[in-house]
Amino acid sequence: MRPAPDLLARRLLFFTGKGGVGKSTVAAATALLAAERGQRVLVVEADDKGNLPRHFEAAPVGFQPREVYPGVHVMAMRTEDSLKEYLRLNLRVPVLSRLGPLARALEFVATAAPGVKEILTVGKVCWEVRESIEGRADWDLVVVDAAATGHIIGQLDAPRGIKELVSVGMVRQQTDWMVELLSDPAITALNVVATPEEMPVQETIELVERAKAELAVPLGLVLVNRVLPELFTRPDEETFEALREPEATKILDEQAGPGATSVLEAARLAVSLRRTRVAYLSELREAVELPLVYLPYLFVRDQGVRVTKMVAEELGQELGL
Amino acid sequence: MSPRRRPATVTGNSLEPLLATKEIVIFCGSGGVGKTSTAAAAGVAAATRLGGKVLVLTIDPARRLASALGLEGFGNLEKRVPDEALRAAGLEPRGELWAAMLDTKRSWDDLVLRHAPNEETAYRILENRLYTNITGRFVQSHDYIAMERLYDVHTTGKYDLIIIDTPPTRSAIDFLEAPKRMAEFFGGRLLRWLTLPYRVGGRRGARVLTAASRPFYQLADRILGSQFLQDIAEFFLNFQSMYDGFVERAQAVERLLHDRRTAFTVVTTLEGAPLREAQFFCEELVARKFNLGALVLNKTLPGYFLEPEGDEAAETLCSDADGIADAVAATGIAELGDGARNARVLRTVGDSFKNFAVVARREAELKAVLSDAPEAVVTIPNFEVDIHDVSGLARIGDYLFAA
Repeated sequence: MRPAPDLLARRLLFFTGKGGVGKSTVAAATALLAAERGQRVLVVEADDKGNLPRHFEAAPVGFQPREVYPGVHVMAMRTEDSLKEYLRLNLRVPVLSRLGPLARALEFVATAAPGVKEILTVGKVCWEVRESIEGRADWDLVVVDAAATGHIIGQLDAPRGIKELVSVGMVRQQTDWMVELLSDPAITALNVVATPEEMPVQETIELVERAKAELAVPLGLVLVNRVLPELFTRPDEETFEALREPEATKILDEQAGPGATSVLEAARLAVSLRRTRVAYLSELREAVELPLVYLPYLFVRDQGVRVTKMVAEELGQELGL
Repeated sequence: MSPRRRPATVTGNSLEPLLATKEIVIFCGSGGVGKTSTAAAAGVAAATRLGGKVLVLTIDPARRLASALGLEGFGNLEKRVPDEALRAAGLEPRGELWAAMLDTKRSWDDLVLRHAPNEETAYRILENRLYTNITGRFVQSHDYIAMERLYDVHTTGKYDLIIIDTPPTRSAIDFLEAPKRMAEFFGGRLLRWLTLPYRVGGRRGARVLTAASRPFYQLADRILGSQFLQDIAEFFLNFQSMYDGFVERAQAVERLLHDRRTAFTVVTTLEGAPLREAQFFCEELVARKFNLGALVLNKTLPGYFLEPEGDEAAETLCSDADGIADAVAATGIAELGDGARNARVLRTVGDSFKNFAVVARREAELKAVLSDAPEAVVTIPNFEVDIHDVSGLARIGDYLFAA
């Protein structure tokens, strides 16, 4: 299946994945790609670590979005701030000082009651998207560096969960439009980032199955990150194996110096690393009926905006942009 | 007790002294760094090289690793890893290796049954729809229950050494705070204040609001609806009946984590984000007076990428590929007959080395900036295959015990 070329035509992109697979990098790269194509992008860092701006060589951000790259704004989700904003917008509670203890009490309920924290995250995200659609905010695209595979279902299902728990009240009324927005395939897509390794592939397969069964949110792409290059064609690999015969190695040592053995050893490592990972890739391809996008392993010395740009470029090519 | 071979000082590049002297070793680090495999490998190594009764308590192992340890299905049951499984991997058991997986839901249920004042309250809690939601979804509940379970197993006195791998958390530090936070949570003034009208008025009775709490309830009613609020209050009222037992327990758990018999091992790869997290975690552990036992640098590239001879050879193979290709073709090895192909392969080999060397140098530099590292630092290479069986764990063990 070919990748959905309309990824950037949607309004709201969630990125999830097992910890350590480069979820934030891919989210940042998607934002950068969209921005370079003239879109105004808001990136929401759902876990409040404030580290996402690193991908743009910028200082950490708070709840207020800040432009970290031309066309890319980043905000860190703080549920307490999200709650305050919600109260301010919906109840018009006039005095901010009175809001403090009230918000703290509600924050406490939020910590205790299931789904409340999640709804404050997803609610804020949906709100930004709706404001943009209705012309009151000017994001063309909202990219969410969302919860990891273990928690994403709870996060995205929060509006529905709250609806079940809360039978009356303002919150309930407001979950309806959120559910609608989150389940519209023209607007929203949930994308999964993986690496070609055992656990990330396994978690991706399980998540896609669960998301199909339990979520109304449409699935987008599976992005496979850090794919190692194929070094040799089959005939070339035979030649490589022959080079490791003692007779040949002796000549290489004479001609290229004593490091030649290590260089051959390194190539063998690269070949077998690639081979193990290819097996996981096939497993993923077979189990998941979603468009797969491959992003190469980058042999670079740093992890900043240069990497974000490189990943964005690869992503653009894969998406046919 | 089995013989313990070394004194309690921890130095050098081996986990052996730590595993030989501590009763609990907690493996932590950010997601995807190989925490679970490293912890399991430490268990295998301890049971085969040191002896004693060793338990590996794991949270969410890869399926094949779980079955390698005989952990099929769920449940908190501790199972002995058969000696044959160790022998099949070329290991000679000196002690016993046990393994168990953490079942969050079951552990919570056990906790409720243990601390509830009576059976009726216990079942009212267990059947509360908020309870199932909280124990299933509440991220922090995983953090707490893992430590609670550790305490539970430790107090049985069944094991010489317990190795536990920690749940994936938003921040590696979360689970350290969990016992304290849980205690604060259930004993908090805010919670009492929140449930006050329900306590005064009885469970289903009229709410008696104080002047202080009235605005809050009016607001909360508007937002959440009073029924939901009542559900929450009821749940916490029931939970509060377990307060004393719960807090006592949480404090005991915290004491155990601070005990000198407990040590932490931080696992990380040499990539930017996990390494930053690991460094932060090492600093926090020291600041909070936990015992930072060792640092494991996982999935590192082999040292030969840093040797200048390798670079030179790679360079020559690329620049002088044609000449060397002809020389190699003269060996008479059948597969090396085609000079052009030889040259192409040599260039690829040289380029690949140079590519990986860039990453290896980045790793070396990152390794050098680890300032607050503990005395014991263990390095494990990037194996060409994923580790999912006992012989793979034994390979990791070789590096964990490097002299």
